[in-house]
Amino acid sequence: MQPVGAAAPLRVDIAEKTFRSAQGVSVTALRNLSFEVRQGEFVCLLGPSGCGKTTTLRILLGLDRQFSGSFQLPEGSSNRIAAVFQEPTLLPWRTVEENVRLALPKDLRAKNIDALFDTLGLAGMRSLYPAELSLGLARRAALARAFAIEPAVLFLDEPFVSLDGRTAGQLRHLLLDVWSAKPTTALMVTHNLTEALTLADRIIVLAPRPSHVLGVFDIGLPRQHRSPEATNDLLRSFHQKFPGVT
Amino acid sequence: MTTRDGDGRTLGDMAGISSRSGSTATLMPALTVTISLLGLGLLWSLAANAWPSRAFPGPGEVWQVLLREAASGDLFYHLGATLGRVAAAYVVAMIIGSVIGILLGSYRRADRFFNPWVILFLNIPALVIIVLAYIWFGLTEAAAIGAVAVNKIPNVVVTMREGARALDPRYAEMAAVYRFAPLDRLRHILLPQLQPYLAAASRSGIALIWKIVLVVELLGRSNGVGFQIHLYFQLFDVAAILAYTLAFVAVMLVIELLLVQPVERHATRWRRRPA
Repeated sequence: MQPVGAAAPLRVDIAEKTFRSAQGVSVTALRNLSFEVRQGEFVCLLGPSGCGKTTTLRILLGLDRQFSGSFQLPEGSSNRIAAVFQEPTLLPWRTVEENVRLALPKDLRAKNIDALFDTLGLAGMRSLYPAELSLGLARRAALARAFAIEPAVLFLDEPFVSLDGRTAGQLRHLLLDVWSAKPTTALMVTHNLTEALTLADRIIVLAPRPSHVLGVFDIGLPRQHRSPEATNDLLRSFHQKFPGVT
Repeated sequence: MTTRDGDGRTLGDMAGISSRSGSTATLMPALTVTISLLGLGLLWSLAANAWPSRAFPGPGEVWQVLLREAASGDLFYHLGATLGRVAAAYVVAMIIGSVIGILLGSYRRADRFFNPWVILFLNIPALVIIVLAYIWFGLTEAAAIGAVAVNKIPNVVVTMREGARALDPRYAEMAAVYRFAPLDRLRHILLPQLQPYLAAASRSGIALIWKIVLVVELLGRSNGVGFQIHLYFQLFDVAAILAYTLAFVAVMLVIELLLVQPVERHATRWRRRPA
């Protein structure tokens, strides 16, 4: 993970990642997984459950160093990275606002985050504790935390699972609102094709374990033109290109 | 108050959190405690009247001794000495015990190696440690406080080890991704998770420590409540023994009410209380 030059894309080249269970059985989760994300691009990593998507993110986040291969993170105005986990992972003993501010680097602790809170509809929730929030609101707070630090790259690990369809849809639009205001290089893991077609510039399709790139689906259509009908067309052409993928 | 926000939480829930401390709700327990204590005093008084003896003085007599000792300043001098030792031993035991406990809870191999040591120290009688400390280090203040702390440390280790085992790795990972500074990790990630265990260790700690401090004072100090009790034991002055004991219990009660409980309330303010 040696960042080279400014505005370098996110480059991933993982040769192999193997898990060894306590009984000595080894399972290869990833093999020859390589892809790139361009500066300011929103990419979805799509694959069936258990194909190693989360494992890939954990490697990129630096939480798992037991792998062979390399990756390179982009260098923007900051070299910070942000993550939205599958669960909101807010500190229950700190208020929503404290949770967001704690993630900020020391020199930005006092920065104005009113606009971000307003966009995400959290303005009235700042002084609440996470236990007082619904799952949807907690997820918004997790998004606020990720965007507040103005990261060079944003990783999202199925951030809208276990929400009802309406709330998930609402949150996807909020995510796009915040993201469009300041497009950040983003990599999102999902197994939901419709979600990927709504959010992404490109979809990287992964094969089941040991995971590698099956192909890339380029969504040429700008997001504001992705009406339900247009999304259906996209779905059809996706299935033509990747028959057998959900 | 049934307005709903976007995600279906009623505003009534939020209001309920702040408006629970009614005046009757706080007054009733205090009243119960007062009546309960008065009842105990009355029972004591009746028993002392029924069997009058120098070895069993009534509450009035004990109160007279208490006033006499307070007027001469002896009471506060000895209470202060004991309280100082309790505080010093408590701080030393909590810090050393927590550090060891968290390390053992975090590193399985270290725990396997040192666990027998912990069990050994847990089972050494307090008296043995005190006597050995006085023999090895002399009748000094440091030996006294150290002996009390060593008695308490294994208990803290065991409690804090459980706390460290229960740490949630997701918070540590979040902190790693967002590059929390080491001090922030301690303050916002580690300590809040360990708080219930710290509270448990503190509670049982203070009670145990002050009892051991009395033994330490009895055996090798020339002041403190333990020293006074030893003195009055030789004089067979039960009223004075009870006066000192009750005075110190009262001090510990005040610490519990004015220090321990408010700190705990503050530390657990984020927990959702049952309505």
